[in-house]
Amino acid sequence: MAEASDRPLVHLDRISKHFGEGEARVDALRDVSIDVHPGQVVALLGPSGSGKTTLLNVIGCILDPSSGSMELDGERVLEDGLWLRPNLRQLRLDKIGFIFQFHNLIPFLDATDNVALVLQLAGANAVTAHTRAVELLDYLEVGHRRNAMPAKLSGGEAQRVAIARALANKPRIILADEPTAALDSKRAGIVMDLLRKVAVEQNAAIIAVTHDEKIFDRFDRIFSLRDGRLDAGGPVTG
Amino acid sequence: MNLAYRDIRHSLGRFLLTCVGLGLLLGVVLAMIGIYRGLVVDALTIARAPAVDLWVVEANTRGPFAEASRIPGDIREAVARIADVTAAGSITYQTVEAEHGGDKLRLYVIGYELTRPGGPPQIAEGREIARSHYEMVADKSSGLTLGERIHLGRHVFTVVGLTRHQVNSGGDPAVYITLPDAQKLQFDLAPPAARVQLARGTGDSSRDTVNAVVARLHANASPDAVAETVHRWKHHSAITQEAQELILTRSLVDRARRQIGLFTSLLLVVSAVIIALIIYTMTMEKLKQIATLKLIGAPDRTIIGMIVQQALALGFIGFATGATLIFSVKDYFPRRVVLEPDNVMILGLIVFAVCLLSSGLGVRAALRVDPATALGG
Ligand SMILES: Nc1ncnc2c1ncn2[C@@H]1O[C@H](COP(=O)(O)OP(=O)(O)O)[C@@H](O)[C@H]1O
Ligand SMILES: [Mg+2]
Repeated sequence: MAEASDRPLVHLDRISKHFGEGEARVDALRDVSIDVHPGQVVALLGPSGSGKTTLLNVIGCILDPSSGSMELDGERVLEDGLWLRPNLRQLRLDKIGFIFQFHNLIPFLDATDNVALVLQLAGANAVTAHTRAVELLDYLEVGHRRNAMPAKLSGGEAQRVAIARALANKPRIILADEPTAALDSKRAGIVMDLLRKVAVEQNAAIIAVTHDEKIFDRFDRIFSLRDGRLDAGGPVTG
Repeated sequence: MNLAYRDIRHSLGRFLLTCVGLGLLLGVVLAMIGIYRGLVVDALTIARAPAVDLWVVEANTRGPFAEASRIPGDIREAVARIADVTAAGSITYQTVEAEHGGDKLRLYVIGYELTRPGGPPQIAEGREIARSHYEMVADKSSGLTLGERIHLGRHVFTVVGLTRHQVNSGGDPAVYITLPDAQKLQFDLAPPAARVQLARGTGDSSRDTVNAVVARLHANASPDAVAETVHRWKHHSAITQEAQELILTRSLVDRARRQIGLFTSLLLVVSAVIIALIIYTMTMEKLKQIATLKLIGAPDRTIIGMIVQQALALGFIGFATGATLIFSVKDYFPRRVVLEPDNVMILGLIVFAVCLLSSGLGVRAALRVDPATALGG
C-alpha cells in the first residue's frame, strides 16, 4: 500500500456541479478536491442529498461537472469542466468498475454472461470471457448460481454477481454506491474483505458510498460530504 | 455474445406472439394484394382464352364483355376472307343458371365452333368436345366433375373435360359447349315473345346470331389495319386484343380494382404504422438496460446492433409467417388469389424498409439515453 501512494489514482481538483439555474439551482458539489491512492479503500459519507451519488457519477465519467479538473490513473480526463476524451465509454470500460446500489444486471443474460459481457466488450474472446467469468463468480461465492437469470437471484447473490462484473476487467478504479446496503452484516463483511483484497491485489482504488456504520472501520479514509462540501476527513483506523 | 438473440430467447413467448400477430396482419396485406391481382387476371382470362388478335363485334359497341353485341353468324366467313386473317371463329357468351346438387349454379356459357378459335385454352382433365351436341368442357371452380350430367335449357350435357381458372370478370365459372348447342340454349332461354319472333324468322334477328367473331392474324400483320378494314363494313366494329384487355381492366372491373387497390394501400400504411409502433415500444422498454450497457462501456454499435437485429428478426419472422399462412390458404378463397413472386418480394422489401426505419427511431432514443439513468431506482 505504501509505495503506491505517491501518485493518486483518482485526483479531483475543485470539482463543482450544480443542477438547474436561478431559483431552482441546486449546488450538489462545491469545490470538492479529493485524492485516492492505489490500494486505498475510501468511503463517501454524508446525509441524504449531500452529493455522494453526484460525486461518484462525476468520478465515473457519467455526469458532466460544471467546473473543475480530474485525473484518472494518471490521465488528465477533465480540464476546467470539459472532458478531454471524446469516448468516455471506452474510458469507463478500461479503467472503471461500477457496483450499483441496485445491481443493474442485464435481465436477459444469466449470471455468467452478465460478467462475460464486459470481458467481451473489452476484447476477450467468448471462451476466455466465459472461463474468467466463472472464476470470478466462484471467487465471489456465487459460482453455484452461474446459470441463473438475474430475476431468480436473491438480493445478495445479484449484488455479488454485479461485483464480479465490476471486477471483470481488472479496473484500477472501482466505484460502489451503497454496495452493502442490501446485504446482511455477514455478507457485508465478506464484500468489504473482498474489496480490500481487490484493492491490494490489483493495486486499485475503491470509492464506496455508504451509510453502513458497521463497516466504517474497514475503510482507509472517510470523506464526509455536507451540502456538497467536503468536511475535513481523515484516516479512521490506525 | 449476441444480445439481440439473448433478449429474444429470454422472452421468447412474447416475441413469437408479436411475430405471429404481425404475421397475421402481413398475411392479410398479402391476401389483399393477391385478391387485387386475381381480380385483374380473372377479368382478362376469358378474353385471353381464345388466343386471338381481333374481336369483331356489333357496330358502335365495346362488346362482347363490356357491352352487349349481337351479329349474324355468317360474318365469320367474311372475316376469314380478309387477307391477313389466318383463322376466325364465332363465339357466344351467356350467363345461365343451372341446377346442381340441389343448388343454383351460375355458369358463364361459351359457345364456339369446334374446329375454330374460341375453345377452351387448356384441358386440365378429360378431353375436348368431340361430338357436335351435348358435350361440355367445364371449369373446375364450378364444382362439376368428369362424366357428370347437367341440365342446361332443355338438354342434358355431359362433362367431358375440365379446365382450370376459367372464370368471367364476375367470377362465374366458364363452361364451353358447341356453337349450335349454345344458340339453341339462347333460343330456349329467350322470353316467349322473342322466341316466337325468332321461330318465324321475322324481326331483325335470325337464329344464327353470335356475340362476336374472333380472328387470328399472321404474325406480322397489323391488327389495327385489319380492324380498319372491318370498320368499313357497316354494322360492325373490330377491337384489337390489346384494346379488348384495356376495356376489361379499365372499364369492366375498374371500380372494383380501384376499391381493392385503395384498401390494400390503406392496409399497407396501417401495417407500417403498427410495425413502427411495435419496434419503437420494444426499444423504449429496454431503455434502462441500454443505459446500463452504456454505463458498463458497451459501444454504440453494440446497442444499435441489438435494436436493428431485433427489428429485422421481427419483420422477417412476421413476414415469413404471413406468407406461409396465405400460400397455404389461398386456394380456399372463393375467387382467385394470385401471388406472383414479384408482389411478395416487393412487400418483403417494404416490410424490411419499415423495420429498418422504425428501428432507426428506436436507435435515436437509445443513443440519447443518459447512462446515469441506469443508476436510479
Ligand atoms: N439530475 C438531477 N437534477 C436536479 N437535481 C439533482 C439531480 N441529481 C441530484 N440532484 C440534487 O443534488 C443533490 C445531491 O444529490 P445526490 O448526489 O443524489 O445526493 P446523495 O447521493 O448524497 O443522497 C440533491 O439535492 C439532489 O436533489
Ligand atoms: Mg445517493
